[in-house]
Amino acid sequence: MKSLALISVVITGWLLLSAVGDFPDWGDPNSPANSYRLSQHFVTETFHETAVPNMVTAVLADYRGYDTMFETVVIFTAGIAIISILRRFTSDGADAGTEKVYEKRPDLIVDTTCRLMIPIIQLFALYVIAHGHHSPGGGFQGGVIFGASFILIALSRDLQAAHKWVPEQRVLNLAGIGILIYAGFGLASMFLGQNFLDYAILHKIMPASPIEARYHSMLGVEIGVAFTVTAIMYSIYSNLASKGTMKEGL
Amino acid sequence: MIWQFDLIILVFLVITAIISLQVKDLLAASMIFGVYSFLMCLLWAGMAAVDVAFTEAAVGAGVSSVFLIATVLRTSRRSSD
Repeated sequence: MKSLALISVVITGWLLLSAVGDFPDWGDPNSPANSYRLSQHFVTETFHETAVPNMVTAVLADYRGYDTMFETVVIFTAGIAIISILRRFTSDGADAGTEKVYEKRPDLIVDTTCRLMIPIIQLFALYVIAHGHHSPGGGFQGGVIFGASFILIALSRDLQAAHKWVPEQRVLNLAGIGILIYAGFGLASMFLGQNFLDYAILHKIMPASPIEARYHSMLGVEIGVAFTVTAIMYSIYSNLASKGTMKEGL
Repeated sequence: MIWQFDLIILVFLVITAIISLQVKDLLAASMIFGVYSFLMCLLWAGMAAVDVAFTEAAVGAGVSSVFLIATVLRTSRRSSD
């Protein structure tokens, strides 16, 4: 069986490598991907249409808004699937006697370092979310970094310490609220008479011009994405690390 | 892209990919998988795709390594094959 797998891998690899020769050069301005008029439109017109300097964010959050919205839904679904597989609810009275009291004294060096680092990590995560249209970053990356800061609390002390900040109920609410924020921007533009996720019309309810409305709506949907991603990342970790009991971390 | 830099990263990329598949200790495999993600991140950054590099660093090298290590510590550490 292993040799069969090796043969198929070698054949597939050879086919892929033989196609590399047909690729255009890296960064070639005349390659089909760069000379197609849609790419030209994004490169030349993004800043005039949306006032967003970072083209990637504009394409992800505005021109291709559906895609990003349902990417967020995919993350949400993954989190729900992991919770439904791993989470175990034990009745409160049944194992109260046998349950060992979890006393873990945190290591001094690890605890102090994490105390210093976590606020900086969270501040950086908020910067990445809020500054996603000017520099690399956005809702996904910022949300992952923000979720990682809670994971760091759970790793450096224990899961209960992190649960003080992000109880399970709050995590699940935040995950849903994130998608509702994103869909809310889409529905708001629909009720004002435009297509779903066509933000320019939102200038009627925002103190901004149509171009600035697209700019600010992108920040809004990024915040929605960040809510969901933060919540789901922490939820996946806490379920994996506690075998679904939510009592004792790693 | 600087070709010397690229060559070193790509060689290490292939080495880490093979090691993470071959090694029997799953904890070592997941850590080497984190190294693989970080090398991919360097490649994206070298190709000026900074957004992708940022995502790879945060998701691939950061959080997914934590998930893999948490799973390994809660299941079994030895690979059966």
